[in-house]
Amino acid sequence: MRPELVCPAGTPAALRTAVDAGADAVYCGFQNATNARNFPGLNFTPDELAQGVEYAHARGTKVLLAVNSFPTAGRFGLWRDAVDMGARFGVDAVIVADIGVAAYVAEHRPDLRLHLSVQAAASSPEAIRYYVREFGVKRVVLPRILTIPEIKEVKSEIPCEIETFIFGNHGLMVEGRCSLTNYATGLSTNMDGVCSPAAQVHYDKEPDGSVATRLGDFTIDRFGPDEQAGYPTICKGRYLAPNRDDAYYAFEEPVSLNLARLLPQLIEAGVEAFKIEGRQRSRAYVRQVVGAFRTAVDQVLAGQEPELADLVALTEGQKQTQGAAASKKWR
Amino acid sequence: MTEIAQEKSAASGMGPGRFLPPPPLFLLQPVLRRVVRRVADLHPSLFDRLGPHRSAHFVIDARGLPFVLLLVPDPGNLQFRAIARRAEPVSDARIAGGFFDLLGLVDGAEDGDALFFSRDLDITGNTEAVVCLRNALDDVEGSIAEDVAGLFGAPGRAVLAALRRAGDRRGSGS
Amino acid sequence: MAVDMTGNLTLGPILYHWDTDQKRDFYARIADEAPVDTVYLGEVICSKRTPFFDAHLPEVIDRLERGGKQVVLASLSEVVIRRERKMMQDFCATDSHEIELNNTAGLYDIDGRRHRVGPLMNVYNEATLKWLADKGATHVTLPNEVPGTVAGKMAQAAADLGVGIEVQVFGRASLAVSARCYHARAHCRTKDNCLFVCEEDPDGMPLTTVTGQPFLMVNGIQTLSQSYVSLIDEIGAMQDMGITHFRVMPQVADMVAVTQIFAKRIAGDIDGDEGAAHLAALDLAAPLSNGFWHGREGHRRFGPQAA
Repeated sequence: MRPELVCPAGTPAALRTAVDAGADAVYCGFQNATNARNFPGLNFTPDELAQGVEYAHARGTKVLLAVNSFPTAGRFGLWRDAVDMGARFGVDAVIVADIGVAAYVAEHRPDLRLHLSVQAAASSPEAIRYYVREFGVKRVVLPRILTIPEIKEVKSEIPCEIETFIFGNHGLMVEGRCSLTNYATGLSTNMDGVCSPAAQVHYDKEPDGSVATRLGDFTIDRFGPDEQAGYPTICKGRYLAPNRDDAYYAFEEPVSLNLARLLPQLIEAGVEAFKIEGRQRSRAYVRQVVGAFRTAVDQVLAGQEPELADLVALTEGQKQTQGAAASKKWR
Repeated sequence: MTEIAQEKSAASGMGPGRFLPPPPLFLLQPVLRRVVRRVADLHPSLFDRLGPHRSAHFVIDARGLPFVLLLVPDPGNLQFRAIARRAEPVSDARIAGGFFDLLGLVDGAEDGDALFFSRDLDITGNTEAVVCLRNALDDVEGSIAEDVAGLFGAPGRAVLAALRRAGDRRGSGS
Repeated sequence: MAVDMTGNLTLGPILYHWDTDQKRDFYARIADEAPVDTVYLGEVICSKRTPFFDAHLPEVIDRLERGGKQVVLASLSEVVIRRERKMMQDFCATDSHEIELNNTAGLYDIDGRRHRVGPLMNVYNEATLKWLADKGATHVTLPNEVPGTVAGKMAQAAADLGVGIEVQVFGRASLAVSARCYHARAHCRTKDNCLFVCEEDPDGMPLTTVTGQPFLMVNGIQTLSQSYVSLIDEIGAMQDMGITHFRVMPQVADMVAVTQIFAKRIAGDIDGDEGAAHLAALDLAAPLSNGFWHGREGHRRFGPQAA
């Protein structure tokens, strides 16, 4: 079985870059709250998506449309329209998280392939089977919290495909269950598709050369002059706690997930698709990461030892982790 | 040993001085105007992505140059000017970095987040406007740097090639 | 008696790791004195904590029921490992009491039988609500971050479906859950080797910004707001829009007094200002907030006519 390499596309140019770099599938979203990377200047207009699908399909690459945030009462139409447009443009699947949106696709677009977003937080065979039983979900994107033996066990107990993250931002909180951003900024990850909105991120340079990162009213970190920086998210910040002498990374250090070395084991565990995170990243990132993993996956499939390109410069905090996949000690 | 270190710092710290001795600002302005017009003509979709941030005033500070650049990416009032450091105007957002890192960004060769993580890029002011500008520029196919170099024909392309080589040397050396 | 006037005041599950005696004493007092008509019981946050209280559960249920309270059992919110999956299956086989599900695994196991849906499930819109109601959900508690404008639409849809709709009106807001235990991390341990250090913080472990600003509270795998949500000012509007149940979350505070204040407000015996004054007099350990309800930053607090 040949696993699919699923790659991020934040802009039409990034989509073409990913396709040209060897992606088997790209995932992208519209320029509104219907997807979980609703960032300024990012994502696709309907025309751009239609053209993107054409470009990708002409080169044998699939397009997966992320409609993976949670519509609030009274706004369901926007999500319905996103699904309908995706179907009209011929996307190969929609990635959803909300039960109501999944039900809409199952009922009104039965021919449209349904993937379950990581935002649905389906972390057990029962939760996954629920979405398969009720909505005919064909693939689940697993949360980044499972060890490889656990992934294998899940795979043996579910009647659908598995997609796992292999590279990118290392989310810590159960995705789709986090309102930290909303608490500080008034914008919601689930409802608005926003995590740490840039408009409320401020970098205050201090006389000693250090930089304080503020989100809304809260200082979430302070970097010394030569310290590596991370994403300005609450879950990557440093705080004080009663039994700690200094501010510490209470949730996680700024590190990126990189499972390149575990590719053979993941394939052996039965993973059907590998996902690269980073719709908010540049073409340069897409080109380098997709290219590196294309080579690595092909080498593993050919029975060779994969040559792993050095991607560390692209990672948050310029540090990498195998996260939960390698050991449950991570928890 | 000492020599190599000096060579490196000349390429990284001092910007492109070896290739482009800074001309007086009044000579620079018409060139910058042509550059930004060219980019705007070639890539009108860039402005759609900028949305409300079209009227934002960005100051771009390429460290080592004797001036800063002011960019207002508004198609109706397009501005791209060099301004002496002592007269730096009030801006909505300020982007500071090494010349070669900034060149890498408009050349589609560098990742903005990566530069930020490594602290090679400093952002102050309206972060959303910067992120939006970054995303809009990143959607421009090919290389803006190449488009601009093309304005100046063969000599322009030669300068870009030389700058890229210098940037690469610096990248592999550090 | 206050108990008759409460209408639909509920007491949510204890989210923190209180020791067994503390919990038994707490519920004994609730049974006797708190004007709530429903009490949610059960360990929602950490499966490792469940053995401590399970043995005493029948006794506590009996005590609460003798006090005239309806008991609803609440499920775990994180179901990943084999033990948790088994716990959820057994939980869904409960037929003695109503149950509240806090993880989708439960929706699979319950397979259409009657159940409630808890605030850690994502019910944000009418379509999701209708789907769940058609599959046996009788009662839904909205996520903390849902603004009042949305809650009103949900209350309307719930009324049409004959489903109860509940909103948390007091206590820390749950902001995130994780696979990792942050209590263990703070003490340089792992989740498997935590030695139940979370027991040291019965109202959560505070995280303060480097500038000294109180911000978040850690409770094992859960992150909560530092502020206590209080919708005492908004109760009237909530009643008007058709919210049927009002949830108070246990904190380290005089919870009998808190429930009495909310019960009086729900019954219309006091207005929002009086309620707020009574709450202020309790000298609570954290500031109050209602930003989420007003569609704003969750940590903020707006006055009666605000936003």
